Amino acid sequence: MTTTHTSRAAKRPATSGAHGRHPAKSRQRPNWLGGLVSWLWLAVVLIPIYWIVITSLKTQSNYYLTNPFVPPGDPTLDNYRLVIEMDFPLYFLNSLIVAIGTVIPSVLFSFMAAYAIVRSSGANRFLRGVNSLFLMGLAIPLQATVIPVYLLIIKMQLYDSLTALILPSIAFAIPLSVLVLSNFIRDVPKELFESMRLDGASEWKTLWGLAFPLTRPAVVTVSIYNALQVWNGFLLPLILTQSPDKRTLPLALAAFQGGPYGVNVPAVLASVVLTILPILILYTVGRRQLLSGLTAGFGK
Amino acid sequence: MSAITARRTSSAAASRGGGVLPWLALPALVAFAVFALIPLIGVLLLSFTSWDTLGEIQLTGLESWRQVLTDPGLPHALWVTFLIMLLSWGFQTPASILIGVFLAGHQRYRELLAVLYFIPLLLSSAAIAITFKALLDPNFGIGAGLGLDFLTQDWLGEPGLAFGVVIFVVSWQYIPFHSLLYQGGVRQIPRSLYEAAELDGAGRVRMFFSITLPQLKYTIITSSTLMLVGSLTFFDLIFVLTEGGPGDATRALALDMYKRGFQANLMGAACVIGVILVLVGLALALLLRRIGGRDPYASQLEGA
Repeated sequence: MTTTHTSRAAKRPATSGAHGRHPAKSRQRPNWLGGLVSWLWLAVVLIPIYWIVITSLKTQSNYYLTNPFVPPGDPTLDNYRLVIEMDFPLYFLNSLIVAIGTVIPSVLFSFMAAYAIVRSSGANRFLRGVNSLFLMGLAIPLQATVIPVYLLIIKMQLYDSLTALILPSIAFAIPLSVLVLSNFIRDVPKELFESMRLDGASEWKTLWGLAFPLTRPAVVTVSIYNALQVWNGFLLPLILTQSPDKRTLPLALAAFQGGPYGVNVPAVLASVVLTILPILILYTVGRRQLLSGLTAGFGK
Repeated sequence: MSAITARRTSSAAASRGGGVLPWLALPALVAFAVFALIPLIGVLLLSFTSWDTLGEIQLTGLESWRQVLTDPGLPHALWVTFLIMLLSWGFQTPASILIGVFLAGHQRYRELLAVLYFIPLLLSSAAIAITFKALLDPNFGIGAGLGLDFLTQDWLGEPGLAFGVVIFVVSWQYIPFHSLLYQGGVRQIPRSLYEAAELDGAGRVRMFFSITLPQLKYTIITSSTLMLVGSLTFFDLIFVLTEGGPGDATRALALDMYKRGFQANLMGAACVIGVILVLVGLALALLLRRIGGRDPYASQLEGA
């Protein structure tokens, strides 16, 4: 599994020391090209981020006059104050509600389905079909189906509500979640299931009492990944809501930039910083979990 | 041995009413069916109708198809999508492999490098697009601020430049993710292969082409599948960055669908584009699977 692999690989230098280094270290030329490209791209990644942070601390008039890469002599938080007054706390709350409202059901449903698929070990035709269906869902660009989703949401009279964002997001998150979770449930030793069965535990009890706690790291990983997808989602909020007070953060960003304050570049960039700040904080706290989560579904 | 255990547990499950297991899959199945499967069928059905979002949905047979297929906008959108797909793949893949190989080293500073490196993974396309739009503004962006002429171009106003900016920003957003995949892939290559090659006197470049690249085959296929299928649905980024412009220079399929549907109110025609998107996506996935000789997602099923 990728997650276990990543953490294992990351620990390697500590356990095997110099011996575990790249074999050719002593005699071979260093990887100049790789190093060059990596450092170059690091600069490409960091320069815009550095720029938005320092620019968001400048006043609008200062922005036009100063060198773009020199931090302001008198940093100001006025831009942030303006952005917060522009209802960004509300948009933040909306994003949070949609993320939590999506992640909890999608992960619980996916876990139950993954458990059933693994435990039936292909013996049940219905579950085999369900599994292939979810695999197919991975290959199809689900965004191509947004117009029927839009129609469905209107017919259900959910248009312009946060629920309208949550329901399709749950469905879109399921295929990958089931795939990743079933891989981890498959790693639980069969003997443990057997002993639960001998103790007379029901499948329901085995599911929550054994499989769920044993695969908690995977559950956390999948939850983080889904939360990030929803948090950053743009298309669904764009087509399924219209009132300003139903906006999620990415939509609010675009609206702010396209609106009357759009000419105030430092304020626009302050809004960008504000939306990425919570994720950056989460990233510094749970980096390993997050990175392994992002590749868990795809790594070889 | 595990096969025997598996058979025993499964027959055990079946014998005491495996009936309970299918029920557990039901909530996920229902959620997926209602908001993914039904819309998938719906997009096909709606492509045979006309609907302007306000009035009734009318069955008009092949009218929407004829309308879209005879529209020169379609080959253009297909071409733009193909070009974005090809160029962003062609730029991202070599860069991601190089960086992934470099980051796979276990030196401490490379771990730190990776921490900074993966930040774009966390940002929304909207935030990224807004940042670059401001950064590249010909009057108020960095070009003007630094007084550098070559940076002071109408980046989003010239078709060719705008196209290049889209490719660049896509790469900015996704190279870290694919580097991460390659980093994981490289770390799984058995060291013994390199040790043997070293004894044979192979150099670094030789080792890269005869060990690293072939060993990364499945990672390359997985990464390419994600890049190519993913680039079909680039929407947020292009929508915020260029809105398909200037003119329709960056009007890719997903954006074309949105514009036909939600701006021109031609939902039938938009669904035709949706069907085309689904078909292209499926064809790509099948093609890559054929090339790779196996399902890119299968490694997970085998527990590799």
